Amino acid sequence: MATAATSAPINEQYNYDIVRKFTIMTLVWGAIGMFVGVYIASELAFPFLNFDNPYITFGRLRPVHTGAVIFGFGGSALFATSYYVVQRTCQARLLSDGMASFTFWGWQTVIVCAALGNMMGYSQGREYAEMEWPIDLLILVVWVTYLIIFVGTLMKRKQPHIYVANWFYLAFILATALLHVFNNLSVPVELFSMKSYSLFSGAQDAMTQWWYGHNAVGFFLTAAFLGMMYYFVPKQAGRPVYSYRLSIIHFWAIIFLYMWAGSHHLHWTAIPDWTSTLAATFSIMLLLPSWGGMINGILTLSGAWDKLRTDPIMRFLIVALSFYGMSTFEGPMMSLKDVNALSHYTDWTIGHVHSGALGWVAMITFGSLYHLVPRLWNTQMFSLRLINVHFWLATIGVLLYITAMWISGIMQGLMWRAFDDYGNLQYAFVESVAAAHPFYIMRAVGGAFFLAGMILMCYNVYRTIRQGSTETQAELAPAAA
Amino acid sequence: MEWLLWFTQFENTKPLALVIFFTVFCGILFYVYGSKQRGSKLESYKQIPLLDDEHVKEKQS
Repeated sequence: MATAATSAPINEQYNYDIVRKFTIMTLVWGAIGMFVGVYIASELAFPFLNFDNPYITFGRLRPVHTGAVIFGFGGSALFATSYYVVQRTCQARLLSDGMASFTFWGWQTVIVCAALGNMMGYSQGREYAEMEWPIDLLILVVWVTYLIIFVGTLMKRKQPHIYVANWFYLAFILATALLHVFNNLSVPVELFSMKSYSLFSGAQDAMTQWWYGHNAVGFFLTAAFLGMMYYFVPKQAGRPVYSYRLSIIHFWAIIFLYMWAGSHHLHWTAIPDWTSTLAATFSIMLLLPSWGGMINGILTLSGAWDKLRTDPIMRFLIVALSFYGMSTFEGPMMSLKDVNALSHYTDWTIGHVHSGALGWVAMITFGSLYHLVPRLWNTQMFSLRLINVHFWLATIGVLLYITAMWISGIMQGLMWRAFDDYGNLQYAFVESVAAAHPFYIMRAVGGAFFLAGMILMCYNVYRTIRQGSTETQAELAPAAA
Repeated sequence: MEWLLWFTQFENTKPLALVIFFTVFCGILFYVYGSKQRGSKLESYKQIPLLDDEHVKEKQS
């Protein structure tokens, strides 16, 4: 049976300082990463924004954007919430304050070095792993420290059972370590050279990259954020998760299935056909645990649906789950070879990624942080109205973004495969670029909406921190009206 | 040691992996849903996130 928390003072019992630091950096990297995203989206619509400056061209800023939002914003959010959740659900302080502090400074150094390195032109050219080998080694040290802290905290828990959110967090930490090490196996050109060459080549290299790339999405951007969901949705709803047994099945099914699906990024290429079929099969099977998890989260609100009318934080969390459900339907569909023949290399893929990244990852993070911030600074949110405005800005932004990319992507796919009566290609490539232009503008506008919401959140949290205190643990009151 | 060569053939290891993983998954399903008593014990763990507020409320009262 689960046991209640001990009665030691909260500030002595838990290390909230590290959670606060990562929470603040989540917002900082969110604003920076999303600004860069809007800028490069605008560069695609209005190329003069490159200003003939190599440091800010799309090719260099794109990995700055992905690095800042995935590892800066998403990574910091996961450090913050995992450190919070593991302490609260284990009723134990983190294993080591010093090691936790090292993960903070180490991780921030990684993000800064990666961004500057990319702008300077240093890149491995590997999706979501552009950082060159010295940064990869720093990531490894930080990540092993993170693993030690997390496992060490679990081992000193006062709660006999390990709550399911921690399973998801631990799977994310372990899988990310595995992915990072094998994807980045490379040999530096010289000891003091930033340049290195991968140990893999050809089709093996492609498969290693997408084994990493897809599982970065599966474990970093999905499993870990499901851990966030399994703690913060019940907390904000004030009721336990719909079915704990379903969460167990959800965990094991998703952990097993995700690892096999990466090759669906390489349909119709030089990889062996059976790997392509295997990946598509596992992708289709992934729909079941994904929707099981989504239903488990949404049904947590069963009997309290009125909260959606009154609580914008709950709205963030539930809409995030809805986008999760939509993305995890769209993903398996796009992994089918025939659908992929149309969608691959088009903007449809970009739209799919962003319905997951903005709709699921960012929304669940916003909801969780709005729940977390008042508790970390012992106060109430500065403005509930601003949270509501943020919610609508984010929702409209995501919808504009993904609608633009759906139209643009499907149009591109159809134009590229169209033949005239003589069997020649009906359109030149540049015609598909010109046809996509209005939708590139629409995408940039959608991104700007989302960025505006992010900046509003930064302001709201800044004012909340100004009025709060880190001295004592105050009451767990809902946000101010 | 020649029997180890059997594992080097994908035609052997793929169905073997399928059998192992499918059996494990069935085992997890049985563990989770096979017993009402165990089921109710597992379901009790879903209260863990809500229990951590209790001592704060105790302190306030």
